[in-house]
Amino acid sequence: MTQAMFPSFETFQQKFGTQVQSLRAEREDEIYLIVRNADIRAITTYLRGEFGARLATVFAEDRCSAEGVFFNYYVFEQKGDTRYLIVRAPVPANDPQFPSLAAELPAVNWQEREIQDWFGLKPVGHPNPRRVALHDNWPDVHPLRKDFPINEVLPPFEGERHIYRPALGEGVFQVPVGPVHAGTIEPGHFSFAVAGEPILYLQLRMFYTHKGTEKLFERLPIHKAVFLAESVSGDSSFSHGTAFCQAIERAAQIEVPLRALIMRTILLELERICNHVADIGAIAADVGFVVANAHASRLKEMLFTLNEHLAGNRLLRGMVCIGGLRRAWGSWQVDTLCDTIKAFEREFQDLVALVNSSESTRDRLEHTGILKPAIAKDLGTVGVAGRASGIDLDVRRDHPYAAYRRFSFRVPVYQVGDVWHRVRVRIDEVKESLGIIRSAADHNLAGEFRAPVPPIPPNRCALSAVEGWRGEIMHWIRTGADNHLERCKIKDPSLNNWPALVEAVHGNIIADFPVINKSFNLSYSGTDR
Amino acid sequence: MFKILQKTMSTGVVTTAYPSKPAQISEHFRGRPSFDFEKWQDARPAAELCPTGAISCRDDGDSRRVTVDYGLCVFCGLCAEASSDQAVRMTQEFELATPDRRNLVLTVEYSLNADGTHRQLGAVHRGSSNVEVDVESVGQKAREKIQKLLGRSLCIREVDAGSCNGCELEIVALNNPIYDIERFGIHFVASPRHADMLLVTGPVTRNMELALLKTYRATPEPKLVVAVGACGISGGIFGENYASLGGVDKVIPVDVYIPGCPPRPQALLHGILLAVGRLRQKLYDDRTG
Repeated sequence: MTQAMFPSFETFQQKFGTQVQSLRAEREDEIYLIVRNADIRAITTYLRGEFGARLATVFAEDRCSAEGVFFNYYVFEQKGDTRYLIVRAPVPANDPQFPSLAAELPAVNWQEREIQDWFGLKPVGHPNPRRVALHDNWPDVHPLRKDFPINEVLPPFEGERHIYRPALGEGVFQVPVGPVHAGTIEPGHFSFAVAGEPILYLQLRMFYTHKGTEKLFERLPIHKAVFLAESVSGDSSFSHGTAFCQAIERAAQIEVPLRALIMRTILLELERICNHVADIGAIAADVGFVVANAHASRLKEMLFTLNEHLAGNRLLRGMVCIGGLRRAWGSWQVDTLCDTIKAFEREFQDLVALVNSSESTRDRLEHTGILKPAIAKDLGTVGVAGRASGIDLDVRRDHPYAAYRRFSFRVPVYQVGDVWHRVRVRIDEVKESLGIIRSAADHNLAGEFRAPVPPIPPNRCALSAVEGWRGEIMHWIRTGADNHLERCKIKDPSLNNWPALVEAVHGNIIADFPVINKSFNLSYSGTDR
Repeated sequence: MFKILQKTMSTGVVTTAYPSKPAQISEHFRGRPSFDFEKWQDARPAAELCPTGAISCRDDGDSRRVTVDYGLCVFCGLCAEASSDQAVRMTQEFELATPDRRNLVLTVEYSLNADGTHRQLGAVHRGSSNVEVDVESVGQKAREKIQKLLGRSLCIREVDAGSCNGCELEIVALNNPIYDIERFGIHFVASPRHADMLLVTGPVTRNMELALLKTYRATPEPKLVVAVGACGISGGIFGENYASLGGVDKVIPVDVYIPGCPPRPQALLHGILLAVGRLRQKLYDDRTG
């Protein structure tokens, strides 16, 4: 039987003893709990089993110089509870290991290995503890440890870059792809094991675009770090920028004016529509329906032009800031927004009709790249890919931020999990987003749009979540002295969804890989950081 | 089929006239920040706010050297907001591509006042002599030129050497019906072996260094390399660190640099056409040299 709310602190103490402590948070929708490293497995089992809670992310922090230990953080969420429960477990510096949850909870497989690579903490009992974030030819370094200098010049790489599991058998071939791909997309290395046409097994090697982003967050003054957040994943510039600003605003108790919250909501939805419409076109193009793609890319261009009118940048960069937004809109801009949305809606209906009317397109997309709901749940799949496979999650509804509380919208969820339903989710979401923008633009957009920003107090922690167009984006920060950060953890939805792609392509023919991949459209840069 | 044709007919031609006619862009677009160096009394607030260090000040005794590097600029507009004397303003100029990295760097010497403000001393120093950027004719004659030089077309292989994917979005837009780069006979190809030009986004990560080098070696001569965006030019906001090597020219020679974060499609088109002019020069040098 699942319950709607997280258990109280007293319940935790009764259950797990007085070692469990609570920690004051800046905002009441974040509950911090301190537990022993050894109890983390039992607590996770308790929260998942008794409450149906979901472990959203796991990450670490090096507090050796300040508190003599590393901390691991486990972020739980619970249907019906808008709070996040953040469980913190210390990992001693002289015994750098922690109990792995990956065997029971494949969703944290990559994340625990990231902790191993970045911090040198060993997940004990991990079923596949090879490196994930550092390639196999990297020296033995742990870049997110505080004693690792950001400008460390690493020696030339030696040895095999990747060690793949062999796939053997009569007629089994290995097809290596990348890191430089045939299309204009980001780099990653894929190794397909195929028997004839069908894919037996796909192994992914990501982190080609790793550029030290999380480490760099610890170096930049906070106002400059906003621009770094915008560059975590270019197609989600505004979502990542907003997630970062929200985190700082939460830590420093800054109240963002309503006008800015509504404008942020509009821009977040515009970013979603831009990407969804482009994906619908690109998926159609991948199965040969290029006319639909021509129309879709024309529609995307229409919105990019609107973005420029509203934010001065086609990707909505340089608009969000700590405390609100950098500029307000004049009446001409609001009118342009309304007119463009109206024209877009008409055109979008035509595009959907066009895609729907093409039997051959539907035929290629239906039953292709199926991600079964049970697997999606195990892997912690989020966002569009999750909702097409029965995962009913949406940060906008479950943990409202910006002005989402004020608007009603439907969260489309399907159980089929094929490419076609990932298209369906996008089509439904575009319609909902247009509705949100229309109601938001009706609001009287007047008053302050930027709260004054006081000096950011040191040593405050805050978690911020945003439903980017791809799925759940999380930023967790600890502030430091002199307008700097001690730690910024970025969780892009892509990280959870790559392993789901591996499952979705299984048994499909290799020629369908591009369209299956496109239907997930994951960010390499967001994953690799 | 009827529906497809009907939609196509009712949509009509949507392709932009750029570069034969000026680009239609929003008045809110933030292009090149322009500096009135004489009027500028204090560069420190702008340098303090600039996220990538594109504006920097170095004081030496009672003089100050101010450097502006468009190769680092992300066009955020904070410098214009920070300069109360209106000496910095954002323009809508985007045709900033250049074959010489030094062209993107301006330095000015100031003498310091007691309160930390400054007075301009000497002329604005550009990294190198002004190279004439003859876009108009390059644009108009691009098709003929490409046909003459390369038989039928120019082939581009795009390489993401570590970007945030922002530049990729705009490069993909070059193939949409609005910018339609194929009207110049320019195609994006799947292999470096088919390419005349590598269009590279950055920063180049440690993990992409080898792949970029191999791609470069696989491209037949004569070849061009175009570095795209602040990160491709200089490493941008990522700069250089344990995982990032910085700009593309740290790894392979670059023919043309296109500033922007990301460069808008017209800016990319401008840079690519500029590079075509360079290719002509290269072929000429090969024949005569």
